[in-house]
Amino acid sequence: MTRDRRLPPPDRNALRTQSLILRTTGFFLLPLLLLFALFLLLRGHNAPGGGFIAGLVASAAIAVHLFAMSEAGARRVLRVDPRDLIAWGLILALAAGVIGLFSGQPFLTAHWLTVSLPVFGELKLGSPLLFDLGVFLVVLGTASTIIINLAEQDT
Amino acid sequence: MNLLVILPILIPLAAGALSLLGRHSQRVQGALAVIGSIALVISAVALLLATWEQGHIVSELGSWPAPFGIVLVSDLLAAIMVLLSAVTGAATAFYSLGTISIAHRKAGYFPLMHLLLAGVNGAFLTGDIFNLYVWFEVMLVASFSLLILGGERAQMEGAVKYVTLNLVSSALFLSAIGLLYGLVGTLNMADIAVKLGEVDTGMTTVIAMLFMVAFGIKAAAFPFFFWLPASYHTPQVAVSALFAGLLTKVGVYALFRVFTLIFGMDDPLIHQVLLWGAGLTMVTGVLGAAAQFEFRRILSFHIVSQIGYMMMGLALASVSVLALAGGIFYIIHHIIVKANLFFVSGLVYRLRGSYELKQLGGQYRDKPWLALLFLIPALSLAGMPPLSGFFGKFIVIRGGVEAGAWALVAAALVVGLLTLYSMTKIWAEVFWKAAPEPAAAPASGSNTLLYATVAGLALITVAIGVAAQPVLVLAMATAEQLLDPTRYITAVLGGAP
Repeated sequence: MTRDRRLPPPDRNALRTQSLILRTTGFFLLPLLLLFALFLLLRGHNAPGGGFIAGLVASAAIAVHLFAMSEAGARRVLRVDPRDLIAWGLILALAAGVIGLFSGQPFLTAHWLTVSLPVFGELKLGSPLLFDLGVFLVVLGTASTIIINLAEQDT
Repeated sequence: MNLLVILPILIPLAAGALSLLGRHSQRVQGALAVIGSIALVISAVALLLATWEQGHIVSELGSWPAPFGIVLVSDLLAAIMVLLSAVTGAATAFYSLGTISIAHRKAGYFPLMHLLLAGVNGAFLTGDIFNLYVWFEVMLVASFSLLILGGERAQMEGAVKYVTLNLVSSALFLSAIGLLYGLVGTLNMADIAVKLGEVDTGMTTVIAMLFMVAFGIKAAAFPFFFWLPASYHTPQVAVSALFAGLLTKVGVYALFRVFTLIFGMDDPLIHQVLLWGAGLTMVTGVLGAAAQFEFRRILSFHIVSQIGYMMMGLALASVSVLALAGGIFYIIHHIIVKANLFFVSGLVYRLRGSYELKQLGGQYRDKPWLALLFLIPALSLAGMPPLSGFFGKFIVIRGGVEAGAWALVAAALVVGLLTLYSMTKIWAEVFWKAAPEPAAAPASGSNTLLYATVAGLALITVAIGVAAQPVLVLAMATAEQLLDPTRYITAVLGGAP
C-alpha cells in the first residue's frame, strides 16, 4: 500500500513536533493555504492580491507543513528544489516583459489573448498574469529556500 | 530603440536566471558568464553609439506614459557608465573563471555576479527616483551575498560594517524620496526637476542634503568612507575588483545625476559642502593609504581619495564646464584602472600566497611582465603622462584653475604626489626588494586567463591615454548635456512641461 506523501512518516522521532494538534491542523492547512494563494494570485489583477502576496501565503503553507512534519516533508511537497523555482520565476517574469519588445513596444507592455470557452464565456489571458506567476514563483522559492535552510541548520 | 535601453538590464538578469538554473553544471555557468558578459559589452557599445547620435533615448516601461509610469532614460552619462560596467563585468567574468573555487561557484557566485551587474545598469538607466532606490537595493543585496561568500571570519567582520552603513544610507535615501514626493507629488526625475523649480521652501535644501549624505555614504566620500577600507579587502579578489571598479561609482553617478538634474548647483550651501567634501575625501583617503601595508587595503584607501577628484569635478560644475568634463573623464579612467590593480593584487596572491607587503618581494625578478602590468595602472592612478590618469587629473585641475578654487587645486596636486608615493611603496615592496623567505607554493591552475584579463584592461588604460582627445570630446559633450537639464526634461516629458 502506498502511503500519502503528506502523512507523517512512521518514524515519529524524525518529526519536528510531537504535538498532535499541530500535525493535524498542518495536514488540513496545507491545501487550504495553497488554494488561498491561488485565489490571491488570480484575483490580483483588479483587486488587492497578486503574485507577491500569493507567494508569501504559499510559502507560509510550506512553513506550516515544515513545522508540523519535517524539512524533508516540506521539500517533498515542493517537489523541486526551491532555488529552481527562483530561476524559473525570473525567467517567466522576464519572458512576460519581453513579449512587448517583439512588437517594437517598450519592455513590460501588456498583451492580451482572448479565449472563448463554452461555459465560462470569454477568458482574457494576458502577459501581466504571466509576470505575476513569475513573481509568485520567485517569492515562493526565495522564502522556502530561507525557511528550509534555517530549519536544516537548526537540527 | 526600446530594445537598446532595456538590453543592458535584461541580458545580465537573464544570464543570472539561467545561471541559477544551470548551477549544477560548471560548463553551463562558465559559458553563460562568457556569453552574457560579451553580449552585455556589445549592447552597451550599441547603446552609447545610439545615444551619441540621438542625444537622449527614452523608453516608457509597460507603455505607461511619463511622468506616471517608470521611464528608462539613456543620456551620454548613463550610456558611458553602462559601457564601463559592462567592461568591468566582462573582465571580472573572465578573471572569475580562473580564480573562483568550485565551492564558491556552488554557493551561487555566478548568478549573483550577473544580478549585481543588472542592478548597477538599472541604477544608471532609470529615470525614476524611486526606481533608482530599487536598483540600488538589487545591487546591494547581490553585493552583500558576494561579500560573505565563503563565510570567513574577516569577511563577516567587514560585511557587518558594510551592511550597516549601507542600510543607513538606504534609509536616508528613502526618507529623502518620501520628503521629496510630499513636496512635489511625483517620482519621475524630469518631472521633479520641473516641479521643484516652482516650489520655494527651505525644505529643498534639507532634501538636497539628505540625498548628499545618502549618496556620499554609497560613494565613500568623507566623512562616510570607513566601511570601504574595512570590507573591500576581505572577499574573493574578483569580487573586490568588481566592487572597487563599480559600486562606489554608482554613488558618484547618483550624485552627478541628482545634483545636475534635480538640484541646481546655484545653491551656495550645496556648492560649499561639495567643495569641502571633495577636498577632504581626497586628502584623508590618500593619508589613510600611506599608513597601510596590505596590498588590497592600500588600494581601497585610494578608491576613497580618487572619489574626491570626481566630486571636485561636480563641485566646480557651475563655474567651469571643463571641471565637470574632467570629473567624467576621471570616472572613465578610474573604473578601469582600479579594477585592474585589484586583479594584479590577486595575481600576486596566487603566486606568493599573501597580500601583506612584508611577506612579498622579488616579483620583478620572477615575473617582469607582471611588474610591467602593475606599473601601467599604478602610474596611471598616480597621474603620470601619457597614461589615462594624467589627463583625468590634468582636466580636473585645469577646471579648478579656471574656477579659481586654488586650495582645491593645491590639494589635488599634493594628493597626486602622495598617490605616487603609495604606488612606489607597493612597487618597492612587492616587486623590487628581495623575496623575504621561500614563499608559499603558487596556487595550482593556469594563470593565462588572468594575465590576459589584466593585459586587456592595461591596454584600455593606455588607449584612453593615447586617445585622450576623443575621450575628452565625449566627456565635454556629456558635461554640456548634464548642465542643460532642459534637454533631459524635454526628452522625457515630450516638451509639455
